[in-house]
Amino acid sequence: MAHNISATGDTTYTLSLQQKLATLLGFAGLFILALATFNMSFPNKTFWLTLSLGAICTGIVWFGVNQYQNKTAGIKNDGIQFKSLTSRGFLAWMLGIFLTGLYIVLYFYPQYLGLTAQGESNTGLVALFDPLSKLLSGNPASQWFVYGTFYTIAVVFFGIKFIYKYRHNHYQRLRTFSVMFFQLGFAFLIPEFMSRLNSDTFSLPYYDLKNIWPLNHYNFEQYRVDEFISAGNIGIALLIFGVASIFIITPILTYKYGKRWYCSWVCGCGGLAETAGDSFRHLSDKRLVAWKIERWVVHSVVVFVVVMTTAVIYSYLGDASKGYWLTRNTFLIGVAVLLTSVFAGVMIFKRNEFKKDAKYGAMGYLAIILVLIGLHYFQGSQLFLFETETLRSTYGFLIGSIFAGVIGTGFYPIFGNRVWCRMGCPMAAILGFQQRLFSKFRITTNGGQCISCGNCSTYCEMGIDVRAYAQKGENIIRSSCVGCGICAAVCPRGVLKLENDSMKGRINPNEILLGNDVDLMKLVNEK
Amino acid sequence: MEHIAIIGNGIAGVTAARHIRKLSDKKITIISGETDHFFSRTALMYIYMGHMKYEHTKPYEDWFWEKNRIELKKAWVSKVTPEENKLTFATGETMHYDQLIIATGSKPNKFGWPGQDLKGVQGLYSKQDLDLLEENAPNNKICKRAVIVGGGLIGIELAEMLSTRKIPVTFLVREKDFWGNVLPEPNAKLINNHIKEHHIDLRLGVNLKEILSDANGRARAVIISETGEEIPCDLVGLTAGVNPNIDFLKDSGIELGRGVKVNRFLETNFENVFALGDCAEHQEPTGERRSVEAVWYTGRMMGEVVAQTICGNKTAYKPGHWFNSAKFFDIEYQTYGWVFPQPREGENHFHWQHPDGKKCITINFNSQSRKFLGINTFGIRMRHEVFDRWLSEERTFDEVLENLEQAHFDPEFYKRYEKDIKQKYKTEHKINA
Repeated sequence: MAHNISATGDTTYTLSLQQKLATLLGFAGLFILALATFNMSFPNKTFWLTLSLGAICTGIVWFGVNQYQNKTAGIKNDGIQFKSLTSRGFLAWMLGIFLTGLYIVLYFYPQYLGLTAQGESNTGLVALFDPLSKLLSGNPASQWFVYGTFYTIAVVFFGIKFIYKYRHNHYQRLRTFSVMFFQLGFAFLIPEFMSRLNSDTFSLPYYDLKNIWPLNHYNFEQYRVDEFISAGNIGIALLIFGVASIFIITPILTYKYGKRWYCSWVCGCGGLAETAGDSFRHLSDKRLVAWKIERWVVHSVVVFVVVMTTAVIYSYLGDASKGYWLTRNTFLIGVAVLLTSVFAGVMIFKRNEFKKDAKYGAMGYLAIILVLIGLHYFQGSQLFLFETETLRSTYGFLIGSIFAGVIGTGFYPIFGNRVWCRMGCPMAAILGFQQRLFSKFRITTNGGQCISCGNCSTYCEMGIDVRAYAQKGENIIRSSCVGCGICAAVCPRGVLKLENDSMKGRINPNEILLGNDVDLMKLVNEK
Repeated sequence: MEHIAIIGNGIAGVTAARHIRKLSDKKITIISGETDHFFSRTALMYIYMGHMKYEHTKPYEDWFWEKNRIELKKAWVSKVTPEENKLTFATGETMHYDQLIIATGSKPNKFGWPGQDLKGVQGLYSKQDLDLLEENAPNNKICKRAVIVGGGLIGIELAEMLSTRKIPVTFLVREKDFWGNVLPEPNAKLINNHIKEHHIDLRLGVNLKEILSDANGRARAVIISETGEEIPCDLVGLTAGVNPNIDFLKDSGIELGRGVKVNRFLETNFENVFALGDCAEHQEPTGERRSVEAVWYTGRMMGEVVAQTICGNKTAYKPGHWFNSAKFFDIEYQTYGWVFPQPREGENHFHWQHPDGKKCITINFNSQSRKFLGINTFGIRMRHEVFDRWLSEERTFDEVLENLEQAHFDPEFYKRYEKDIKQKYKTEHKINA
């Protein structure tokens, strides 16, 4: 498009003076952290850390609020497609490379951040965070504490910006407040406080209560389960909560509200995507081919995580001789029964809605059952050709680190803010499976009012072509929909509404009221 | 194989093509000189505002057309010869058809103002108009002020577009309120205020006298008829409505009025030539509808109808209850049924407005039978299906008011106003009684 052919340059979307100052302030805060990373020693760590984080937080809010404060409340996506940072321009690539690098250092080279061997005191950036960590948990900081602090700052302060941007929209405000609360409380503060309870005789694993298996793929690993069990009643309660989260709590809430209760109200990955990642939501790929890839990839991850977790648990369970009710064989049979009943239930009760995907579902199911047989045959030390331990560490590396972190967040400015949630998250896939087949949630289309403008599809972070449904008057029931509600917010004609209502008539595949007379619609539907 | 040629790749022509494909195996060609592919015309504003790129406005991916065997021809049609079933393109090339669908849409009205063809003077309808706007008004250095002539839907969209690039706008409206020939006064006044809130220099009840030229044939100012005031500007947006885009049919023998004259079956005076969408002029309009309906939704309906007829199931255009929608800066507008600017003989308007001045509704009903006739809503979303049903069932105003909750369509957790609305009616009613 012949955009901006002017010789004077486009002055419309440059930063305001206040935004420049806010940027300066934020970068000053980052500069202090950079100095710390390069081992400049600060005499008073508490002071410099406070100053640095204070500058960053103020900078974020100041910049964000200034962007919208001279505009009336409403949808103001002005210039998003022109700005370098938000339209895959030079700044976007710079940020993407910077974030990706940061994740690689964080996951694989924490020593560069100043993490030292156990017993030695931290240096560099990690050492700068020691005062805050000691204040919360009593322990010195780790690279994960530094990361957690940044993560929480991003969710909370970009969250404030988001709330201001959508100050006219109560759904958006509440939802954002919720993810800010869960990140700050459940993901950041509570686990830190919990570790204060630890002593020589009592120890709980680090546990973010809202982080549910399979997103929390390590929750049932041996060291954690051992710690849970040895921590007495509290530990057992937490372990039971961990199991109940996925098998009881999640299905009930997803039935009532759709998967949005988790993905865009509670989850930390979702929380970051919705706040810090909001400026990149339109970058998700909407093509049909992207949807096809998405379904293969995300469901493969589900199969992988089920296999991996089963193998890991199997590997540390004993046999009947140990006198414990949960033996290797009971466990395997239990998993098989559970999967079979889910698969059979879907085939019996939902076969009409599932028919297109039945083949793939059957393949996934078969793969897992084969694995169970394999486990039994090899007695858990090995799974066909792979060591169980290799399986576990490969999952942690490929999915937990590379996919969720490096690609999922590092590439926000290039692939959009939900690429992990959409392509990689096994939790989202399981919730989505239920949402598609067994939930009261849907996005209702308002009769014939759609003008096919494309705002809904453009701003869908999950890459759903919302318009394709809306322009036909169809409700939108897609497993990937996280219910963020932005499609409904940006719609200029009031066409979309997120609702929980009866399961009956939830899917309306017939062409419906587009304003024409009833006789014609009968004909159109009869074809 | 029978060849259906469709001139125009807008919503009307494309809907016709899609439904013909669903119903038959005929050869289909869509001809357009405007763009390679169908895009949503109503979304043009968002491209200029930077909300979307042109690519985002295309409702179907580019592979869709080949997959559905709908051929696309990029060309301008310069002549139609219905006696020979022949189209002639601007390049001189010709094409034979068996059935022809004319869906060429509209072009901006020009009322013979002096200077209306100067550089820097333009309407906003086509993709070409949008490209031209990028040239004429890329930013507020090149375009220091814009004057918009015509207070309707395109005018207010253009004002919003320009204001996102911080270009000062003077908005000339002939009526005494914005869209005063369509909206009841309280509705129109609410929008007046909202326009001013966006720092638009809104001038009500004024007409354009002429557009002045600089030495290079570019617009440099406009003069207002009523006051003689001269307003310097670099862009003049002509948005005083649209008219059918049918100049290329002048000598074709196809019967023309304001648009291409069609009967209830969207047929022209030639048996195998149909017209639909903005460019069709209905000789027997349905109910209160206008003979030329330049609306997205009606274009879509006509497309569905003509596909039935062409595929052997002759169907008349029988649009259901009137509905429409728009967005005025931040305020969404929906309408169901008929609400006229002034209540007609025997009709009554009930108004409710929120104190924040950004939400209101107006309900039109028959004062005798109390039959519900229509509703305008601003800043509150309502359910199409429910109002369509209530109109069909001929519910009374009182029933509609009582059950207003059923039509609620605002997002979850939004404040509800049904109680306030009912209370307002009760209070008013007691005062009147």
